Amino acid sequence: MESLFRTDVPAGAPRVTIEFDGAPFSVPAGLSVAAALLAAGARATRTTPSGHAPRGPYCMMGVCFECLVEIDGVASRQACVTPVRDGMRVRSQHGARVLRVVAEGPSR
Amino acid sequence: MDAVDVIVIGGGLVGSAIAYGLGRCGRRVTVLDGADDAFRAARGNFGLVWVQGKGAALPPYATWTRGSQTRWPALAAALREETGIDVQLRQPGGFHLCFSDAQMQQRATMLQALCDELGGDYPFAMLGHAELAAKLPGLGPRVVGASYSDMDGHVNPLKLLRALHAAAQRRGARFVAGQQVDAIEPAAGGYTVRTQTGRFDAPRVVIAAGLGSRALAAQVGLNVPVRPNRGEVLIGERVAPFLDYPTTYIRQTEEGTIQIGDSHEDVGFDDGVRADVLAAIAQHAVHAFPLLAQMKLVRAWGALRVMSSDGFPVYQESERCPGVFAATCHSGVTLAAAHVLRVAPWIAGGAAPAGIEPFSGARFERAQPSLQPVH
Amino acid sequence: MTDDLYDIAIVGAGPAGLAAATLAAAQRARVVLLDEQASPGGQIYRAIADAGASRIDLLGPDYAAGAERVRAFVGSGARYEPNASVWQASAEDDPHYTLRYTRDGGSRALRAKRLILATGAIERPFPVPGWTLPGVLTAGAAQILLKSAGTTPAVPVVLAGCGPLLYLLGWQYLRAGVPIRAIVDTTTPDDYRRAFAHIGGALAGLPTLAKGLRYLRTLKRAGVPFHRGARAFAIEGDTAARALTFDVQRARQRIDASLVLLHQGVVPHSHFAWSLRAQHRWDDAQLCWRPVTDAWGELDVRGVFVAGDAAGIGGAQAAAEQGRLAALGALAGLGAIDAARRDALAGGPRASLAKLMRIRPFLDALYRPNDEHRVPADDAVTVCRCEEVSAGELREVVRLGVPGPNQAKAFTRCGMGPCQGRLCGLTVTELIARERGAAPSAIGHYRIRPPLKPLTIGELAGVADQAADAPASAPPAQPHAAPA
Repeated sequence: MESLFRTDVPAGAPRVTIEFDGAPFSVPAGLSVAAALLAAGARATRTTPSGHAPRGPYCMMGVCFECLVEIDGVASRQACVTPVRDGMRVRSQHGARVLRVVAEGPSR
Repeated sequence: MDAVDVIVIGGGLVGSAIAYGLGRCGRRVTVLDGADDAFRAARGNFGLVWVQGKGAALPPYATWTRGSQTRWPALAAALREETGIDVQLRQPGGFHLCFSDAQMQQRATMLQALCDELGGDYPFAMLGHAELAAKLPGLGPRVVGASYSDMDGHVNPLKLLRALHAAAQRRGARFVAGQQVDAIEPAAGGYTVRTQTGRFDAPRVVIAAGLGSRALAAQVGLNVPVRPNRGEVLIGERVAPFLDYPTTYIRQTEEGTIQIGDSHEDVGFDDGVRADVLAAIAQHAVHAFPLLAQMKLVRAWGALRVMSSDGFPVYQESERCPGVFAATCHSGVTLAAAHVLRVAPWIAGGAAPAGIEPFSGARFERAQPSLQPVH
Repeated sequence: MTDDLYDIAIVGAGPAGLAAATLAAAQRARVVLLDEQASPGGQIYRAIADAGASRIDLLGPDYAAGAERVRAFVGSGARYEPNASVWQASAEDDPHYTLRYTRDGGSRALRAKRLILATGAIERPFPVPGWTLPGVLTAGAAQILLKSAGTTPAVPVVLAGCGPLLYLLGWQYLRAGVPIRAIVDTTTPDDYRRAFAHIGGALAGLPTLAKGLRYLRTLKRAGVPFHRGARAFAIEGDTAARALTFDVQRARQRIDASLVLLHQGVVPHSHFAWSLRAQHRWDDAQLCWRPVTDAWGELDVRGVFVAGDAAGIGGAQAAAEQGRLAALGALAGLGAIDAARRDALAGGPRASLAKLMRIRPFLDALYRPNDEHRVPADDAVTVCRCEEVSAGELREVVRLGVPGPNQAKAFTRCGMGPCQGRLCGLTVTELIARERGAAPSAIGHYRIRPPLKPLTIGELAGVADQAADAPASAPPAQPHAAPA
């Protein structure tokens, strides 16, 4: 499927490389993760916990919570309010996230 | 217009359970319910169907609670059959976590005393950390152990409320929303209940109006000394199932959300939340399960428990106004089965159920100093 | 973590917030402005500080105007807290206000004597079949993308709905060379007739009107297919959008599209005011709730002001004037300026504001969203996107006697998801009103509580550590573990 969106920045403008579901993409620096994913060809970026329905970014301004993805190992992050960072690893979120048992370290 | 047998004031967990139970007895019922944004303890319930530890100060309460818990499966099945709604009753047993040896000791002593009082019909066990961690993955190192009882479980309290409304209506009850009751007056054939917008007549009336019960009960000579006691609850996002058992202050719902509730505040009629209280609840949750630190808090609320002076229910028929009853408690989920299957038939005119006598409001006249509620 | 006490704290760095902060700082008040984004401008002036000349030109003069507003704020001396996700506004430290927000994985707090809520607007929900499919976004989202590295559609796009933002976006796309497959407009001749009753006000706002007409003319001349009087939208697709279908004069039309941009106006983002239990009233012309305020924007919650679109939709320029008025009201309340000075400084903004608002009744009437696009007739349509609750399920609980949105929420989970009713609240109020034959004003709104934005349990637990360190300012409630 072709990408829904494309970016348009001057030739020398800074870019970063992010990974989405294992695939690398070069995107303009300063973009939100949601914008970067849309420009990289993503349509659905998660499925809902209850109905497993595919969802993608909708409002782009942090209000709808459709763009929840896992960023650098942390789940349920709003992609549209998070700027891309070089080396960022993004994964789509399928259903309810899994809470990872943390190593039993010093108690708070 | 068909005559009504019973007016139930209050469409919360107590009122709607009684209305449904009355319907099962063939009574025609009108339920007067408040406005959409009224204080509704029924919408602020944690969802535990819980027995262990209750009634340490009044063993009949332990018995009364047990009597509801054992009847809960029948209630859940009936609601499922009559409304199609699965209230998600799960009774796998439950844990009360302890964070020190002293707490473990105190807990064990208290539960053993209750067990002895109830003649041994009170299954419980004390588990150390290692045994507990096998049942509760992700258990934090601060947890020393817990008491476990297979009597305990949980349910979806909002589905329960919806199911009770639906079941009562299927049995012919009429629910009238947006009603604020001002007075209960004797009238020919029984009583007239006056609201801001209307009047309703019936031979019998049940005051199940939560915090509003106190004033109405006084009108008919009943003593229902209830005060608000705020509890704050955190609701986390849906996460993959990891907690198979309810604990007293943390449970995972069928939808996958994590519910954490853990405060008792004397703040009057204020169902808001305080950041410091929410934070303390969060911290206590992380002590029990460190992995919860990653979880997003999606919403939080405060709800006002309907707390009597000693923390125990009030069930009483007025002597001055026979046919008018008061019914109130702060464990409307656990006691729902008792309300449907034992209290409602009594209100319909049957014999009082065994074990209900200690909960008469007359006990407050026996000049006891107000006790700190223990649950 | 520190216990700073500001004179004025402002939430939102759009035109209202920027103007309020700039004015208050100029009067030497201690001001802090918090915003969720990394740079000032809000939604309308998003990323303007980094925008090059060609992008500014593409986006048009209204966007360009923001550059000066941002510059004035940056030079004003007000403290700026970017990347701040405010999750609570609290009066617990009466008479002061506490704002709690997360940033960089931790929760922080600051206090202020006065609050100005400049939280702007959000897109009106558009509950039609298929609106939750990937490939369906709002026109506002598309504008945000445009402002972000010039991100534009790479496939033919359909713009659907009504309102000036739709035509603005179309005009911007045209100039960017984006192929527009169609503009599907719900505006009807009846809308024009109703709007005509307010033509006097429209003429007072002639520049705005002229701009809108210019956009339409440009689009028409470019040959962009226009469909007017469109009704009964539905978006087809299984796992992504495939086509938009709609009625025009009872004939069903279908346009293939993998990208559909919906828009039927914007509504106040009023969650903060609701969370403070401020009084609101239903505005039947704007079909939304608006906080009840005095002439300075102060709520019935003393010391808290609302400015800009969060008080009622008026656009960017009106927002700036309201920001100035709120700042003046707050300064006078603090005793920083006296009433005479306040009124003198308010003269200009008040006159401008009055002039700018005169076009509102005309626009509200002309671009009134369709009933069927606000309350779906089809029971299968998703009303609550977060919890996947359908219109049919809501109707079912209304039949069960549910009197309003809070009981409906309890019975269906509608409104319990992370967006906390931002995308379903208006729909639910109007649906219940319709089903019960009552006015929306009688039905009410969800009870909104903190957290206004999610934060992690760990971030929240961190607040407890801070409370332990900081000097107690008010006796905290004593929570303790509940025995069963």
